Amino acid sequence: MMQKLGDFKLPAFFNYPPYFTLQPVRDTREKQIQLWKELILDYCRTQKVFLILLEEEFPLFSNPVIERSLNNEARETFLSALVSEGRAEWLDKGHRKCLILWHRIQDWADIILGFVKDNGLEDSVMTVEEIRLGIESRGTELHGMDRTILMRALKLLEHKGKVAIFKGTSADDEGVKFSV
Amino acid sequence: MASNNFFLPASVTSSGRPVLVPNEVECNLLSNVDIEHDQDDAVSFPPLKSGHFILTTHRLLFLSSSCSSTAVAIPLSAITHIFSSKRSLKSVFHSPRFRFQVSATPDNRIFDSDPGRVTGLRSVVITVVVRGKGDWELFLSKMWECWRGRAWAWETTPSETGPASASASASLYASDGSVRMVGVGGLLRKEQEMWESTDRSLQEAFQDLNALMNKAKEMVMLAEKMRQKLLAGSSSQSNSANDEELGSKEEMQDWLLSVGIVSPVTKESAGALYHQQLSRQLADFVKIPLERAGGMINLIDVYCLFNRARGTALISPDDLSQACSLWEKFDVPVMLRKFDSGVMAIQSKSHSDEEVFGRLRALVTKPEALRHGISASDAAMTLGIAPAMAKEHLLTAEGKGLLCRDISPDGFRFYINLFSEIILDDLFLVKDYGIYSTWVKASSASG
Repeated sequence: MMQKLGDFKLPAFFNYPPYFTLQPVRDTREKQIQLWKELILDYCRTQKVFLILLEEEFPLFSNPVIERSLNNEARETFLSALVSEGRAEWLDKGHRKCLILWHRIQDWADIILGFVKDNGLEDSVMTVEEIRLGIESRGTELHGMDRTILMRALKLLEHKGKVAIFKGTSADDEGVKFSV
Repeated sequence: MASNNFFLPASVTSSGRPVLVPNEVECNLLSNVDIEHDQDDAVSFPPLKSGHFILTTHRLLFLSSSCSSTAVAIPLSAITHIFSSKRSLKSVFHSPRFRFQVSATPDNRIFDSDPGRVTGLRSVVITVVVRGKGDWELFLSKMWECWRGRAWAWETTPSETGPASASASASLYASDGSVRMVGVGGLLRKEQEMWESTDRSLQEAFQDLNALMNKAKEMVMLAEKMRQKLLAGSSSQSNSANDEELGSKEEMQDWLLSVGIVSPVTKESAGALYHQQLSRQLADFVKIPLERAGGMINLIDVYCLFNRARGTALISPDDLSQACSLWEKFDVPVMLRKFDSGVMAIQSKSHSDEEVFGRLRALVTKPEALRHGISASDAAMTLGIAPAMAKEHLLTAEGKGLLCRDISPDGFRFYINLFSEIILDDLFLVKDYGIYSTWVKASSASG
């Protein structure tokens, strides 16, 4: 029977005990890391998970069925592998908080531009929170996205001259002026 | 070499050590020796070139050091005279040589019996040319000792020490006329008598050191005799004896087998060739322990076993490691194995990695092992080796990509490596064939 984590379908090898022990042999470890990278990205994409905290429970990192879980070294190894490919970022020096980028920042920026064009928002103004949680973004990948990642993508667009970011009326929200 | 049948043939072990007759002890060794006969002799044999010349209590052995493996023997009993070597001016320029005289039959063969009883014998003078740097004078004096010792004569006059005699087993009456005991009672009584006589020997032996020295040979003979008897007994009488008795017999047998190497190679007997000869002897020695240990045995264990077998003239760990490392140069059926972890072990060459991996693979692909993996002790049981050695094999197999590890509160276990079977582009794809699908079936069967 296919095992599930919420509505996420787990692959068969999730019940393979060595999958949860960091393998010491190079070739084997490389394949293991690749499998973990794919699984983490898959899971985060479908479950809209943007942040993994190493010290907190993360559903993917333990398997109660076979009573195995990844130790901290293994967690950090797999996440670091994602970081080195630009698919994740450490938010702290101690490598305890990891931002998962199932889309790279550049891809997120392209998605924002697509959203702007689809909704005829060229030359209009929105707040950051409106982009994340407003009616317009509903049903798109932008809806409910992580604020840190959104800001990164907007900063990239600002750098390219596609948007202007300015302080909004409330202290914790910024306004974005599109100029696509 | 058909023309070499002047001498008696001598058998050697697979590692090139001479096979000794019972109670024969090696005394000295000269390397790079030629054997010639006097020119004026009518009988002749082709000269033997550059070989090891080994002196034992019973024989002189010539082992050619080239690969053509000539091994011949001259029984000391055939020697009629040993010429004292003359130091002449000539000897300063020539390789040292010494001569002795043996009796030969008219048909040009060395005569292997007491020369006094047969007529028609002729004398042949054999010259030994020492081209190596060995201490030939010591060799010659030892040869004198052994020749005079007449060790071969002791055995032909059997020294019956009572019920321990192995030969009188067929008739109901023993050689002294008494009715031999039969059945379990008889066996027990025999055992009892044997122990009593052993006890006596031990008591006498330990009275003082001289007595011990005198008794040493007797002790070895006694041990040997007991071993022979036990070996014969365990095969023929196993049905009549009860389990307890069998157990104690086995124990004693083990014990006696470990009594020792009758003729250990020592620095004194082998000189410069010490390590080489030791290496060959070790190769012969480890065969039985290796078989028992399943083809691989820890070097430390070998050190203990070997020294226990030697009894005296113990070797140092350094001697052992040197002797082992010399195996690469000889054609011996064993090898020294260094694991990545630094553990050293002796392995028989037939106990190859491929064979071990084959057996491990068979073990880890059993349904139960697919589900729960295997531990080092599981592997030890299958391979018939010590768990520590089994773990080394498992780690080697892991390094080769055959196995994967699983470390959990349940312990350190190994599984068949599935990682290479999983397709990265489709994490959910399980092909219909191959070990991955076998594993999926086995693991889902468990519930």
